[in-house]
Amino acid sequence: MCGIVGIINTDRKLIDGNYIREAIRIQRERGNGLGGGFAVYGAYPENKDKYAFHIMYEGSQNNPYISMVEDYIRSRMVIYHSEQIPVYPNDRIPRGPYFKRYFLKPLAEFLAPEQTEEDYIVEVVMAINKMEGAFVVSSGKNMGVFKGMGYPEDIADYFRIEDYRGYMWIAHNRFPTNTPGWWGGAHPFTILDKAVVHNGEITSYGTNKRWLEMYGYYCMLQTDTEVISYIYDKLTRGDKLPPKDACYVMAPSLWEDIDRTGDEKKKNLRQIYGPAIVNGPFGIVLSHSNGAIVLNDRNKLRPVVCAKAGNTFYASSEECSIRLLSPDVDNLWSPRGGEPVIIDFSVEDTQELRGRKAQWSLW
Amino acid sequence: MDDMKNNWKIIPPFHPEFDLERCDYKNGCKICVTECSFGEISLKPEKGKDGEIQYRPWSNMSACNACQRCVKMCPQNAIHIAFKPMHTSHGYWTSDYVGNLWRQTGKSGGVLLVGTGATGPQKRYFDYMMFDACQVTNPSIDPLREPMEIRRYLGSKPERYGEKIGPQLKLEVPIMFAAMSFGAVNIRVHEAEARASQIVGTYWNTGEGGFHKNLRQYGGNTIVQVASGRFGVSEDYLKSAAAVEIKIGQGAKPGIGGHLPGEKVSKPISETRMIPEGTDALSPAPHHDIYSIEDLRQLIFAIKEATEYKIPVAVKIAAVHNVAPIASGIARAGADIIVIDGFRGGTGATPFQIRQNTGIPIELALSAADRRLSEEGIRNRVSLVASGGIQCSSDVLKLICLGADAVYIGTPVLIALGCGVCQRCFTGKCPYGITTNRPGLAERIDVESATTALVRLLMSWSEEIKELMGSMGISAIEALRGNRDRLRGVGLNEEELKILGIKHAGT
Repeated sequence: MCGIVGIINTDRKLIDGNYIREAIRIQRERGNGLGGGFAVYGAYPENKDKYAFHIMYEGSQNNPYISMVEDYIRSRMVIYHSEQIPVYPNDRIPRGPYFKRYFLKPLAEFLAPEQTEEDYIVEVVMAINKMEGAFVVSSGKNMGVFKGMGYPEDIADYFRIEDYRGYMWIAHNRFPTNTPGWWGGAHPFTILDKAVVHNGEITSYGTNKRWLEMYGYYCMLQTDTEVISYIYDKLTRGDKLPPKDACYVMAPSLWEDIDRTGDEKKKNLRQIYGPAIVNGPFGIVLSHSNGAIVLNDRNKLRPVVCAKAGNTFYASSEECSIRLLSPDVDNLWSPRGGEPVIIDFSVEDTQELRGRKAQWSLW
Repeated sequence: MDDMKNNWKIIPPFHPEFDLERCDYKNGCKICVTECSFGEISLKPEKGKDGEIQYRPWSNMSACNACQRCVKMCPQNAIHIAFKPMHTSHGYWTSDYVGNLWRQTGKSGGVLLVGTGATGPQKRYFDYMMFDACQVTNPSIDPLREPMEIRRYLGSKPERYGEKIGPQLKLEVPIMFAAMSFGAVNIRVHEAEARASQIVGTYWNTGEGGFHKNLRQYGGNTIVQVASGRFGVSEDYLKSAAAVEIKIGQGAKPGIGGHLPGEKVSKPISETRMIPEGTDALSPAPHHDIYSIEDLRQLIFAIKEATEYKIPVAVKIAAVHNVAPIASGIARAGADIIVIDGFRGGTGATPFQIRQNTGIPIELALSAADRRLSEEGIRNRVSLVASGGIQCSSDVLKLICLGADAVYIGTPVLIALGCGVCQRCFTGKCPYGITTNRPGLAERIDVESATTALVRLLMSWSEEIKELMGSMGISAIEALRGNRDRLRGVGLNEEELKILGIKHAGT
């Protein structure tokens, strides 16, 4: 059992972290103090063309691994700026690992032929995660993740997330069941600009993990959630599937329905991406620079409520979080199992929708 | 010399015992005598109370194989099979070894033949692997309430959507009927397999003995085999099926060919195999046109050309030491499906020493092959089918967790038809009419009833598989393929755990 919340402003209006802190705090019942975390989009507008790496180092800032990791980064990327992520220890979280933030760019000549910049970044992230004592907490542009051991509101205070402003926030309140609570194991999990908060347990983990390993994704964080972000990344970025199809791969319809409708595409997606199916109960919010996705397992074994108020979209494990922030939402519904809710900002750029709010698709 | 004859006498471990109080011999019943095709039971004249001669059943103490046919057919339940093995006082020279030597030296000598799969004491790894189940944090799924999907598609899949997807076999259950040739088994067994496959939505395999013309209507559910003897292979044959399987080897006799004696080659068999009546049907040990992987590639593509790339081509190999690189080579040679047959796999006839001592367990072989293909990033390109020694539905699911897309079952099919695994398939005297084409015996298989039995076999195993999946919180079987996280080892050493890719229980 865990709690998740997402607040997405489709006009990209920035709000500070207090809102999401309150929204996840009210779900305290869903966690047990062994993990909380936040992802914010739009936090680094002055460095938005650079990859913002949040890296967690075990131990203190005297950790000898830091220089090793930094040497590695320097060998692969240009570091434009690096700094300690400010933390504010308090009586609830008196200490934590050492966090650093880097703004990075690979030089064009570093890339192998045919390799995209993003492939390159994934390679670097996987390499750092394999190194001892260091974990890449987030690696996307103009976004960042703050997470750790504790109740989410305490984590919020530890990082003072009210100092950050973003147009999209997602949060997680953890009640760990299969892997121990530790700083790196808190949600969200990210790869590039994709972050996932997840409530559930993935029984297909072994199958998913093996499939991902074929494509150079290594699951190092001892938790099932990271496979979702990797699967989504592989499908959308690697295989160029639209978000709708990527969701379909993770939570496909029944063969029975595919047979009845005779939908060749769905059949082929399921045949090809069998090992990427996500089984077990889950409710997720998966965010990326251009939108977000809310998805439930096919049997709807975890709660997720969605709502819309003006240009703000909410997704939450509990309705109370939404009512707290927006007592009179326009529209509130519970998506059906396996039917993704997709928020896509990128359609803003098209002529007819310019300046309009994003497309809502219930599919 | 004659004085020595009895030195080699085989002391029969089994014989039927008759409860004469129950037996109906006084009324002339002699069902057991006619049912026993091995000639173990005869009638012994005996004087009744009124001086009338009556014939009672009598065990010849010479030919019983414990097939249990007489026991099952006796209307009075008056028979049981006694097991009285010979004892030697020697702890090393046990009756098995002594008996086999007498068997070889007493008669004409030569290679000991035997039917069915290996019986040795090697570890059954299935028993040392336990499934996970959902508790608290994760709701188990009730297959009676929620949809539970066990459909599989076999065939080559591209890496990503948009690329061409190869021809696929659609399996409504992840179980197919393994190759057993016409000649080795009765045509009625083939017909029952074909019908059951059609009803359930899976496939049966003709084996290497050709595809009888009367069964071609079931071609959509048939996999035809191309083995080293090339029996019955023609363009029509290849095109009549849903898939073609190139048989390189089988678990019961890796590296060994086959031999159907001329006396078994009757008219229908000669027609189907396309060889003259009464001639021995010899399958050479290797394919005479395949001396390495590049030759296999040519054969694969020759078949694909002949079938216009419309149906998948499978390659079947026995599980041997080097199975992982061989599987990788076969995948790269263009096969769509790789079948790996473990050393426990059955057969109609195999040299005893080969059966008992060659090959490796399917659990280890499959896991190694699946890992190798994944590591090389070509797991999508082929489907893996495992077989050899599967005894129950949980074995099926454990193999799926170790990386199988589907499985073949052979011996369970025969057992479902009555077989009592007496290991005498090669004699052509099968008392159940399964591995014989002898008139009088072959008719013991009734196609209707046999079909029903095979459908029940598939359905009951499917139900059990769904129950197991539900308890693990899995609603689609593809989420279980290669999902070693759902298995834990109990009492396996580190090396075994590493090869299987599973953790020990408690971790």
